[in-house]
Amino acid sequence: MLPAILVITILGGLFGLGLGWASRRFQVESDPVIDQIEAILPQTQCGQCNYPGCRPYAEAIANGEADINQCAPGGEAGIIALADLLAVEPKSLNPANGEEKPKALAVIDEMVCIGCTLCIQACPVDAILGASKYMHTVIDSECTGCELCLPPCPVDCIDMVVKDQGTGDWKWPKPQVIAMNLHENHP
Amino acid sequence: MTQIDRLTQARQAGEQLHHFHGGLRLRHNKKISCELPLEPMPLPPRFYVPLLQHSGPEAKANVSIGQTVLKGERIGLGSHPGRGCIHAPTSGTVKALARRAISHPSGLEGLCVVIEPDGLDQWKKLEPIGDWNNAPPSELRQKISDSGIVGLGGAVFPTSVKVEEASEKGIHTLILNGSECEPYISCDEMLMREQPDSIILGARILQRAVGANRTIIAIEDQMGAVNQALMAAVTESGAGDIDIVTVTTIYPEGGEKQLIQVLTGLEVPSGGRPSDLGLLCQNVATATAVARAVVEGKPLIERIVTVTGNGISKPRNLLARIGTPIECLIDQCGGYTENAARLILGGPMMGYALDSDSNPVIKAANCILVLSDFDIRPPQAEMPCIRCGECARVCPALLLPQQLHWQISNQQWDETAKYGLSDCIECGCCDFVCPSHIPLVEWFRFGQDQLRSLATDRKQAEEAKQKFEAREARLARTKLERKQRMDEKKRALRDEAERKRKLAEAVDRSRSRQDKEA
Amino acid sequence: MSRKFATGGAPHFPPHATISGVMRQVLLALVPGIVAYTWFFGPGILIQILLAVIFALGFETLMLKVRKQDLRLFLGDWSAVVTAVLFALCLPPLAPWWIALIGMLFAIVLAKHLYGGLGQNLFNPAMVAYVVVLISFPQVMALWLPPTSLAGQSLSLGETLTTIFSGHLPAHLSWDTISEATPLDAIRASLATGQMVSEARMSPVFGNFGGLGWEWIANFYALGGLWLLWRRIISWHVPFMMIGSVVGLGLVGYLADPGSNPVPLQHVFSGALILGAFFIATDPVTGCASTRGRLIFGAGVGILTLVIRRWGAYPDGVAFAVLLMNMAAPLIDRYTRPRIFGQ
Repeated sequence: MLPAILVITILGGLFGLGLGWASRRFQVESDPVIDQIEAILPQTQCGQCNYPGCRPYAEAIANGEADINQCAPGGEAGIIALADLLAVEPKSLNPANGEEKPKALAVIDEMVCIGCTLCIQACPVDAILGASKYMHTVIDSECTGCELCLPPCPVDCIDMVVKDQGTGDWKWPKPQVIAMNLHENHP
Repeated sequence: MTQIDRLTQARQAGEQLHHFHGGLRLRHNKKISCELPLEPMPLPPRFYVPLLQHSGPEAKANVSIGQTVLKGERIGLGSHPGRGCIHAPTSGTVKALARRAISHPSGLEGLCVVIEPDGLDQWKKLEPIGDWNNAPPSELRQKISDSGIVGLGGAVFPTSVKVEEASEKGIHTLILNGSECEPYISCDEMLMREQPDSIILGARILQRAVGANRTIIAIEDQMGAVNQALMAAVTESGAGDIDIVTVTTIYPEGGEKQLIQVLTGLEVPSGGRPSDLGLLCQNVATATAVARAVVEGKPLIERIVTVTGNGISKPRNLLARIGTPIECLIDQCGGYTENAARLILGGPMMGYALDSDSNPVIKAANCILVLSDFDIRPPQAEMPCIRCGECARVCPALLLPQQLHWQISNQQWDETAKYGLSDCIECGCCDFVCPSHIPLVEWFRFGQDQLRSLATDRKQAEEAKQKFEAREARLARTKLERKQRMDEKKRALRDEAERKRKLAEAVDRSRSRQDKEA
Repeated sequence: MSRKFATGGAPHFPPHATISGVMRQVLLALVPGIVAYTWFFGPGILIQILLAVIFALGFETLMLKVRKQDLRLFLGDWSAVVTAVLFALCLPPLAPWWIALIGMLFAIVLAKHLYGGLGQNLFNPAMVAYVVVLISFPQVMALWLPPTSLAGQSLSLGETLTTIFSGHLPAHLSWDTISEATPLDAIRASLATGQMVSEARMSPVFGNFGGLGWEWIANFYALGGLWLLWRRIISWHVPFMMIGSVVGLGLVGYLADPGSNPVPLQHVFSGALILGAFFIATDPVTGCASTRGRLIFGAGVGILTLVIRRWGAYPDGVAFAVLLMNMAAPLIDRYTRPRIFGQ
């Protein structure tokens, strides 16, 4: 009896030491969690999550102060990716933080613009070109669709325009599963 | 294997035939469309020429409504030089610039130039390159670019871009791809049988344009008559720098990468191009179009289209102009049979279905296939994957389709990149053998698009982040500078006040001294 | 007048393979072996097969209903029938009816549907069932019949039926007179008493290679297996490596110690090795996907079978070996991923 206990204990100790050494020796270098969370966020810098930018929101999630369902531009895909990363249950987007919309770009109506530069100061990624008393215009390729330029404009000349689905944007659709799907079939 | 070794091996292309992994032996079904000779199409009542006929963004219309155009006149300009200009298929009047069906796989509409022929079919002033043998290669390449030539094997990649990039890297062997491996399609075979001289001419011109010193024309082993016709044309044309190589008929032999592997034993590096191996691969029809453009000055306005299938009464090959509605081609072939069920642009493995025969012929239309309801796949229930491994056995790109399917269904995009999803050539071999009837080609097309748009999104997000951080840094810097300026001013003011005070004291002292003396 | 068409995805050819087609061909390949079995050991095995199939389909229907899946589609793929037949072929011919019931409960409900259904199970359902039944009811599972040519008394069909359904023999018979050890059992028992293999082989239960009757059944299984190879239903990697490793390791053992190790061919034709090599270890769902992986898988099953036969507690190790390699299959797949074109 006693020798058996001794042997098992010694074996257990040896294996434990071995595992500890292996965990150090074969450790995989990974990014800190904040960077990983930030990589999932869409970098729109819009503030709809109630944080001044994507990095502060990522830090808040990492600290446990914020929930994962506050990012509207990231949408459901983003929430699911965050849930996967942090090993929690995905939730639906919090309606208080906006709704998931197709990506739209800001367009300034040049007939109305008065050149006040308030939108330029508001844009978090410097996507608006212009100067005081000169025409302002939004650079399409830089605009993230955050909508922060809309409130400051005194003449309300900025519109959010969804890019229409032309042949240029078209992508092959997801195949329709014809067989009964586990989640979707209800007699 | 070093790059030098690879190039050396590539130079010996065609001497020994190799195999590629996987592939399928399919029934050809090509003879039925080769019985009748090639026939040019009569003019239709209206031409609908789409402005999107190449890979890349839509061309911009160069004409206005009501304008008269001559045959071969440029009506569409590509967005970048050398990328996809469009030319008028006949002389007539531009009736409209309308959005309508453009034979796109999505079924979406696009901008078309609608031309009503005037019946005269008059060419514009043709500007051939008379002495192309002595013309500089760059001039030949410019002509290819101006003539709107795109890859006519189905990929419609702008030929001038391919040729330009290839000549920069240095090409030693030109490969003309005449191994049309998809069942039913016989347009290249017809071309090789009836117009072999133009192919040889095109080969010579392309050789000069990229600086290659030999050409290999690859044909399939069941194209007996083709071999003879081509041999005759080669011997007639003189010089011995063109070889004809027969390859075994396994689908997808005609794929560029697979053909190169068979001819050289080398694999085109993942993410690389054949030009990395000093090879340039072009379809035989593209070569003919190049010959026509350089020697006759005629831009690309027509191509051979195979109209075939059990849904067509009299299958044959037709020389059709771009913009002809498909229904005109069908009528020329005796119309539909009773049980015509699906209209496909392309072959049965990789082609896509069209919803109406009012769609026009485009540069990519190598075949119009009408299958009967007996031929097509009835909508099959998709069973779960039983991991039988047949898909991996037949994949020419050495991928693991069952793994990729699993990853795409679960949106594990990073894993799909690791397992080589972007290397999939969408040949359909895996789909064809799957006992669970999983629509693998549809999954992989979806997956590849998603992967590409994910990469674009990530790049944009990264750039937005950098701009945001730069802006934050700039704002912080301006704030700091302002604070420093204020501090400077305050200090200067303090110093000024101090100086004044000292001055006032000194004045006071001197005045009081003066008063005392006085 | 333009004509409209319904569209569909590429490729546009009809598929030629179906899962039910594959399964039915596997069953067809088993028929010669089953016929030989009945010839040598009587009709009991047919009753077992029938019972197993009925119970399997019953449990499958139940689980499909619970999981709200299409009955016709999944019952029509014949996979439950194949599981049932393979399981039944491992049972003693006179096993009571509730053995098949419990076996199919574990195979269909536990090993297949609770893991996710067709294509998702980690362990081979037939082997799970067999192992469960073997470990839980060892006495019942040890009551094997000798070949009818050797039997002193053999049972008629009616007596077979009553035995199976009542759980005990007819009054005038007893297990001592009826049952006899299988050849593998005989070897194991002899070795335990210190006899050499060659002496044990003197017993009439042995034929030229393996057990009398058993070797012929193995031949017929092999015939069916070769037919499956020709039809491309299975690939050669697993059977080749499994039999090859058994022959190889068996040869080493035989040369090293002929007293306690039989001739390699005896191993090949004993027990469920041929059945396992062509029908059980080639199960695509639970095996490896890559060709190199399959070679390793086959070798692993062969080696483990021999080890268990020689040193383990049970006479035949195929079922345990298959389950152990099922566990290792995902890992093997991960490390034997083939190189991609151009990389």
